[in-house]
Amino acid sequence: MAEAVSVAQEPSSAQRFADAAFRRLCQLCAAAALALVVFIVLRIAISAAPALSDYGPGFLTGTTWDPNKGRYAILPEIWGTLYTSILALVLGTLFGVAAALFLAEGFLGEFVYQLLKAPGLHLHPLWSKLPARAEDALRNLVELLAAIPSVVYGLWGLFVVIPTVRPFCNWLYAHLGWIPFFSTSLAGPGVLPAVLVLSIMILPTITAIGRQALVSVPSKLRMASYGLGATRWETIIGVLLPTASRGIFGGVVLAFGRALGETMALAMLVGNANQIRLSLFSPANTLAALLANNFPEAGPRQVAVLMYAALVLLAITLVVNVAGALLVQRAAARTEGAQ
Amino acid sequence: MQLRPLGVVALSLALAAACKESGGGSASPSTASTAAPTGDVVRLQGAGASFPAPLYLKWFKAYSSSHANVQVDYQSVGSGSGVKSFIDKTVDFGASDAAMKPEDIARVDTGVQLLPMTAGAIVVAYNLEGVKDLKLSRKAYSGIFLGKITRWNDPAVAAANPGAKLPDAPINVVVRADSSGTTFVFSKHLTAINETFAKDVGTNNMPNWPVGTRSKGNEGVTASLKSTPGSLGYIEYGYARSQGLSMASLENKSGAYVAATTAAGQAALASAVLPDDLIVWASDPEAKEAYPIVTYTWLLAYKKYGDKKKHDALIDLLDYGLTAGQKDAEALGYIPLPEAVAEKVRAATRNIRAEG
Repeated sequence: MAEAVSVAQEPSSAQRFADAAFRRLCQLCAAAALALVVFIVLRIAISAAPALSDYGPGFLTGTTWDPNKGRYAILPEIWGTLYTSILALVLGTLFGVAAALFLAEGFLGEFVYQLLKAPGLHLHPLWSKLPARAEDALRNLVELLAAIPSVVYGLWGLFVVIPTVRPFCNWLYAHLGWIPFFSTSLAGPGVLPAVLVLSIMILPTITAIGRQALVSVPSKLRMASYGLGATRWETIIGVLLPTASRGIFGGVVLAFGRALGETMALAMLVGNANQIRLSLFSPANTLAALLANNFPEAGPRQVAVLMYAALVLLAITLVVNVAGALLVQRAAARTEGAQ
Repeated sequence: MQLRPLGVVALSLALAAACKESGGGSASPSTASTAAPTGDVVRLQGAGASFPAPLYLKWFKAYSSSHANVQVDYQSVGSGSGVKSFIDKTVDFGASDAAMKPEDIARVDTGVQLLPMTAGAIVVAYNLEGVKDLKLSRKAYSGIFLGKITRWNDPAVAAANPGAKLPDAPINVVVRADSSGTTFVFSKHLTAINETFAKDVGTNNMPNWPVGTRSKGNEGVTASLKSTPGSLGYIEYGYARSQGLSMASLENKSGAYVAATTAAGQAALASAVLPDDLIVWASDPEAKEAYPIVTYTWLLAYKKYGDKKKHDALIDLLDYGLTAGQKDAEALGYIPLPEAVAEKVRAATRNIRAEG
């Protein structure tokens, strides 16, 4: 009886206070996060103000970066940032979603299970845990990619990726050089090595979020699809992926954000040449790399110019994120309607 | 709607990435000079150029081990940041490859004494199989960095290398992507020897190179050169030597082809007479045996120090670097100061005084 009374009790004033305090704290933290973003944007904008008034919109359309003559413009960097990020995103999404499917569907677990079944170990108290463990290990392995410092990626790109892809690229240049994408030879750093490494860097983001989305698709849907006679692949392509598309797309948008802002690996791999070329093998430059390379020794005037460039990078990221969020909303509305 | 928060996260992620890595270089070392010396230990805090850092660190370590009461910290944050910290007085001494501009010197009320502590050569290193002793005429190497000479078998390159098997392949030029003292000295030399370069590109820490892929830092250029057959770029002598890169002999002002050696470097330094402020650029030395691209690197000291102990320790430390310390220079790939120069610099340390 005593217990029943205590359940029905009104919250004590201490509980009320704790509740209110916790709510306020959460509000404060959320507001602080927002305020921080606003503060950063404002601070950058203020620092960029002198360059904004000096160079104006021409900063975005010119192609020369020449500190000696005081001429600054960043169209090649804007182009390079978007070009490398989008290409990396295409590659990263392809492999990332495939990896997410592989993990979510438990293909590895199944494979290990079949292996154990052959000698009859699949019900053994110790061995029967192996499929689940293998799954965990693989998932952690993919997520571990996110933990590798970007300078390590850069070095790996410099010493492993570039020498590996160079013969292949130069063969493409020699035989298919008339295609704009292959119109230069790959000497060292360039767009392609940067894109390859960048796509690996963003892969864990896409995979982790994509897997989560796929796993949380209600099993009813899957059962219904099987029940209607769909094969496994038809179910994956026709039911699971569209249903999880919203979550997967969320991961892709997040990955794009990372690709746009990635600095160190790109500064090492992209070649840092201020030019606009379609060729995958020619060096290019990105905004983040430009900032990283120039800040340490920049004079007060150049700092303003660099802040302007930072502001542009910020704007690009913002536009991409808003556009991404809108797209997701639309896609989600469509698929949910279909459900 | 669910995705809104994600968007914000992605935005701040990109922001953080962009800020984190660009901020690293300019962190100002402001701790030590404000901290009171504990007990009898004198702490000297320095910051600046990365080029002489290996030598400085060796000196400071050796000095501290024989003088237990003196502790010297040096942060190699780059010449620009070094000068900035020095002006802001967050350090006890600075270091710079590009000396100090007169307007910057004027901003330091306690006076500035620049002291050349060591010197280095900048080499044109290359990666070309089967070609060992490449000779580059002034026309050839300035043309390569202007993007006018683009192939290894260009007549301008071939003329100085009879018998060498120069391939019919493009020269992959590698330059520095980041703002650097090495680039400043190299572009200053090219400006001195080539009018077109002076007009179109000019002397700068990071000029608008008309050609080449760009790599970050001496180590980045070195890595690019090593991993890319057919490439050529400029780096500090020490990097080229330690990584076993081939270095071209360059034609100097008197028309002789000179390899980068200690003797050739000292000959170049000797040809530039040090003025009283000890700032001199050997942009294009005349002596026949001189290697054409060498430069001093400077330590920046105040002319007045409020703390007598600090002053005495610094003077003693400088003395060590200019005498015994010079013996370490060659092994690390630097050019030891010619004796007359070292003597002159030691004399200049007497301008540094201790007063309140």
